[in-house]
Amino acid sequence: MKTLLILGGGTAGTMTANKLSRQLNPNEWRVIVADREPRHFYQPGFLFIPFGIYAPHDVVRPKRRLISKGVEVIFADIEQILPKANRVQIADGQTIPYDILVIATGCEIRPDQIEGLMNSGWRENVFDFYTLEGASALNRFLEGWQGGRLVLNVAEMPIKCPVAPLEFLFLADWYFRQHGMRNKVELVYATPLSGAFTKPQASAALGELLEQKGIHMETDFNINEVDGAKQAIRSWDGRELNYDLLVSIPTNMGAEFIEHSGTGDELNFVSTDKNTLQSKGYPNVWVIGDAGNMPASKAGSVAHFMLDTLVENIERQIKGQSPEPSFDGHTNCFIETGFDRGVMIDFNYDVEPLRGQYPLPKLGPFSLLKESLVNHIGKLSFKWIYWNILLPGRPMPVSNQLSLTGKNKLNFQLRRKKE
Amino acid sequence: MVLTKPTTLDAAEFNEEGFLVDPQTWTPELGEAIAKREGITMTDRHWVVINFARNEYETNGEPPTLRHITKATDVTTKEIYSLFPGGPAKVACKIAGLGKPTGCI
Repeated sequence: MKTLLILGGGTAGTMTANKLSRQLNPNEWRVIVADREPRHFYQPGFLFIPFGIYAPHDVVRPKRRLISKGVEVIFADIEQILPKANRVQIADGQTIPYDILVIATGCEIRPDQIEGLMNSGWRENVFDFYTLEGASALNRFLEGWQGGRLVLNVAEMPIKCPVAPLEFLFLADWYFRQHGMRNKVELVYATPLSGAFTKPQASAALGELLEQKGIHMETDFNINEVDGAKQAIRSWDGRELNYDLLVSIPTNMGAEFIEHSGTGDELNFVSTDKNTLQSKGYPNVWVIGDAGNMPASKAGSVAHFMLDTLVENIERQIKGQSPEPSFDGHTNCFIETGFDRGVMIDFNYDVEPLRGQYPLPKLGPFSLLKESLVNHIGKLSFKWIYWNILLPGRPMPVSNQLSLTGKNKLNFQLRRKKE
Repeated sequence: MVLTKPTTLDAAEFNEEGFLVDPQTWTPELGEAIAKREGITMTDRHWVVINFARNEYETNGEPPTLRHITKATDVTTKEIYSLFPGGPAKVACKIAGLGKPTGCI
C-alpha cells in the first residue's frame, strides 16, 4: 500500500484530497490529510464580517465533514518535512512516511513581522480582517465607532486575495453611507504598490473607482513601523500617516515548518515550477494553492484552476510519465464594490485582466472590469458553490485555462455611473 | 542584431517606464549610466545590492525581493532606502537592468 500525504486541509488541500481519493485506486493508495486546525474557514467570507453582512457561523465548518470518508485525517501540528527520507514529522515526535507529498498549507498573516503593530491598540483600534478573530473584533469596533480617519495599510506583497483590501474600502464607503456618517469618515488606502492593483488595466479601472468613492490613495508606501502612542504609521521613506482606526494587512507568509524543512524562500513559500506545480527540489513533492512561490494570485480560484494540473501530473508520475506544464496562472475573482455591485476580473501569467464577458463570450453573465448587479450576485452565490462544488473537487462549468474569446482590450475604463 | 552590449544610455533600449527591455544586454557601465540618470552616484554599498540582484536574476530568472536582499546580505532595509531613494525595489531593478519587480501579483 502506498501513501499520498497532503499537508493542509484548507481550500486547496480539501479539493485535492477529495479529487485524488476518487481518482486513485483505493487498493493501492491511501490518502492522508494532516492539518493542525480542525475548523475549515471560508476565507472569502471574512471580508463581510466587519460590516455585519456575514456572521462567524456563516464561514466556519468542521474540516472532517468536508473531506471524503475514504481519506484519513490527522489533526496535529506539522513540525518538519524530511524530504530526503520521504517522511513528515508531526507533533510528539511521530513521523508519517509518504510516497507522494502534496504541500497545501497556504499562507497566513504575520502581524509580528511589522514593528509595533501588536504593541499598543492591537484589536482595540488596530485590526486585521484576515482572521475570524480580527474580522469579528473589527465588527464590534465599527458598531460603536463615531468616525475619524480609517487607514487601510497593505504591509508587503504578496498577500492572499490581493483585491480584498480594495473590496474592504468599497464596502466601508457603502457601510458608512448607509449609517449616515460617511462625512465623518476619511478613508485612506496606503499601499506598497504604485497604483490600486498589480496589473495596469485593472489598476486604472479600480483606481478610478477609488477616486469616485472619495478614497484617498497613498502609493509606494512601504511600512517601517506602527507608532501606537502617536496613532501613526511610518514608511521607510519617512512619510507619516495618522489614523484613528488602522486596518492592517500584515506580511503574509507560508507555514513555519517550511522554513525548518529548508524548502522555502524568505517568506516560507515553497519553490515550485509555475506550470507543472512540481516542487523544485524533490520530484515526489507537489505544491498547490497559496503555499507555493508561483507568481499567481494567492486565492481559492487559483487553487481550483491548479487542481486539474496537479491531479493529472500526480497520475502521470504514478504511471512513470513526465509532468505536463499545463497550469497557465489562470485567476478570476469577484470584487465587491458596494451598493450591491461587483466587478469581475479574469487573467493569467501572461494576459492581464481585460474587459468583456465571462465565461461565455458576449453572453456572460458576468461583466469583466465593469460594475454590475450580476457580478455582486455571483460573489454572494460563490459561498454555496464553494461548499458544494469547489471543495468536493467537482467540475465547474468553466475552463481551467484562460480564454481570450469575448474579451476586449480597448475601452477598458469603467463607465462612470450616470448621475 | 546586437553584437556588442551597450555601455551608454543611447545604445540601450528602455521601455516607457525606464526599465531595460532585455536584461541580458546589461553591463556594469550601463548600470552606472542608469544610476546617474536616476540621480544616484554608485558606491560599493550600492554595488552590493546590484550585484546580488543580478546574481539572483541569473540563477533564478527573477529579481529578488527587498526582504530577500536584506536577509541574504548585510544591507539593512533602512540602508537600502537611503541608497535608493524613491522606492529601492524599483530603482535598484532599473539600475540592475532587470524588469519591474513582480513580488506582487
